[in-house]
Amino acid sequence: MTALLAPSTLARPRLPRWAPVVVAVAALAVAGLISLLFGWSWIALLVVAGLLYVFALPLWSRVLEGPRAATDRLMTHLVWGSFVVVCVPLLWLLILVVQKGAPVINGHFLTTSMRGVIGSMPGGILHALQGTIVVTLAASIIAVPIGLMTAIYLIEYGRGGRLARVITFLVDVMTGIPSIVAGLFALALLVMFFGPAFRAGIGGAIALALLMIPTVVRSAEEMLRLVPSDLREASYALGVPKWRTIVKVVLPTAIGGIVTGIVLAISRVIGETAPLLVTAGYNDSMNGNLFSGRMTTLPVYIFNQYKTPGATPLGAHAADPPGYARAWGAALVLIVIVMILNIIARIIGKIFAPRY
Amino acid sequence: MSLTASPEQTPTGPPESDSGSPARRSARLGDRIFAGAALGAGLLIMVVLAGVFIFLLIQGVPGLSVDPSTYGQGFDNFWSYVAPLLFGTIFISILALIVAVPFALAVALFISHYAPRRLATPVAYVIDLLAAVPSVVYGLWGGRALAQALKPVINWLGDYLNWIPLFKGPASPNGQTALTAALVLGVMILPIITAISREVFAQTPRLNEEAAIGLGATRWEVIRLAVLPYAKSGVIAGIMLGLGRALGETMAVTMVYSSSPKFTLNIIGDTSPQTIAANIANNYSEATPDKQHVLIAAGLVLFAFTFAVNFIARWAIGRGERNLAR
Repeated sequence: MTALLAPSTLARPRLPRWAPVVVAVAALAVAGLISLLFGWSWIALLVVAGLLYVFALPLWSRVLEGPRAATDRLMTHLVWGSFVVVCVPLLWLLILVVQKGAPVINGHFLTTSMRGVIGSMPGGILHALQGTIVVTLAASIIAVPIGLMTAIYLIEYGRGGRLARVITFLVDVMTGIPSIVAGLFALALLVMFFGPAFRAGIGGAIALALLMIPTVVRSAEEMLRLVPSDLREASYALGVPKWRTIVKVVLPTAIGGIVTGIVLAISRVIGETAPLLVTAGYNDSMNGNLFSGRMTTLPVYIFNQYKTPGATPLGAHAADPPGYARAWGAALVLIVIVMILNIIARIIGKIFAPRY
Repeated sequence: MSLTASPEQTPTGPPESDSGSPARRSARLGDRIFAGAALGAGLLIMVVLAGVFIFLLIQGVPGLSVDPSTYGQGFDNFWSYVAPLLFGTIFISILALIVAVPFALAVALFISHYAPRRLATPVAYVIDLLAAVPSVVYGLWGGRALAQALKPVINWLGDYLNWIPLFKGPASPNGQTALTAALVLGVMILPIITAISREVFAQTPRLNEEAAIGLGATRWEVIRLAVLPYAKSGVIAGIMLGLGRALGETMAVTMVYSSSPKFTLNIIGDTSPQTIAANIANNYSEATPDKQHVLIAAGLVLFAFTFAVNFIARWAIGRGERNLAR
């Protein structure tokens, strides 16, 4: 803190208000000159100008205002700069998906499967949509009751006990299971009973349920913990048995948060690819039967179209192979589904926000 | 709910009934069933997790001793096959962390301390949404767009920086390299690390920050002296979670480049380190039953490793919290 006392005046000189503007213009000018000299692209120009600005202003500040203010300015620039840099890939990704996916999506794309589609014939994603809905629903039917009852056990029955601690630990372990390992587990389970070539949607549902359970337990646990014990005690005082207290008092109070958690968990697993790739496989046609035959889901469809894009149609030179276009279209549909689920979750959270 | 409870009584459960009126008896039966179901669900989780281990063991152990030709050229046993894969997994994940951590922390600080309130809330919301973008979409973007854009950079690295082992080259002509994959992974795990760090930064006690401001600290000094020490264990937890995601991530790697298990530091060439997860995804489809056992065994190794990482992370967090409480 000696730096504060060093100058004879009370306040050190500060950079004028117009300093950032001047430095920015100068940085742009210098970068522009360099890039003209070396023939760089405008991307390189912006990068160089940005770097110059980030470091030049603190340098000036160091001369005029001293090292503490200069460090502060430098860190402010780095934080803002990082934010801008991070926005680049994220916006790029979103814009690209919309730009490449939107032209592909039409009624035909959404209402046909890939059955009998060769080369650049128009194909669709209906079978993948069907598979995604069937598999995800099945996974939720397995995961939600288990997850919810476990949360109820942890909060209402096991509170602080040894078993509750063990289960909490195991749920933590489950959170860390890589998705492909969940897929291999489901595969190992099915292969054991039905032979090494068995692939079906149910395997994918088991794998996704395994990934969903910890998320559901976690969010439900948090929500149940928020229910004030006054409510429980009031119910007990009226002679209501514990299980009816939980069903009629505790759960309705926490239902908004619990449903939000479940929807978020679904939106997490609906985009999973790896576990479905190894368990449910790929199929060109519609298949609504969870227990027999390969079943395509949207993410696996994207992966498959990406890996085997087919040949570029003759005459349409420089065009993308048809598979890439279909992959982008499906990616846009998938992102829209995930975003809608997220928004629904937020709305539910808002509407049912506990009021007490 | 218009019920009110007097604050003096703190019952731990409903009053135990002594007599057996029918309603009471059915209530107790209902209680027993419900409690049993809750306990059952909890126990089921133990069974399932044990099942994951057991089934992977049963299906994986035969993979340790199959005919050496199953592993592929140049591998005479399982461990010589899986060791380069494990190396590749760790190597690529750490590269992704190196890319993601500084930016993730900076963005978290941006949201919690630098951005104007008006901007901070939507930015935080967008970052949360980005954590929900499916990995296959990141893979598509990485394999098509980012690889294309990185071509000149990779060529430049191969031409001028090839004395660094990482960029030994020869540079891959299509930009689909391990470096690209590491960048994609970095972008993927950034929202996770940011989300957790942001929450911890925001929880810094207001008084600590105001005390620092009162002593004349600049904004950066407030962060360095009051915020970062407080948030350390939470930030480490976020980084470890990001590492866990990167270790197990399959699609972003599979879709960006393909390679075979190999010990190499070269991340811009055609022969690059390969990860366990991507190796499984690349080979499962044409796998013979023997190869399937090998892949499941490799998955078991991945599981054991991520488990160890998570375990260490939790231990570190617990220690940090104890230190803070002291």
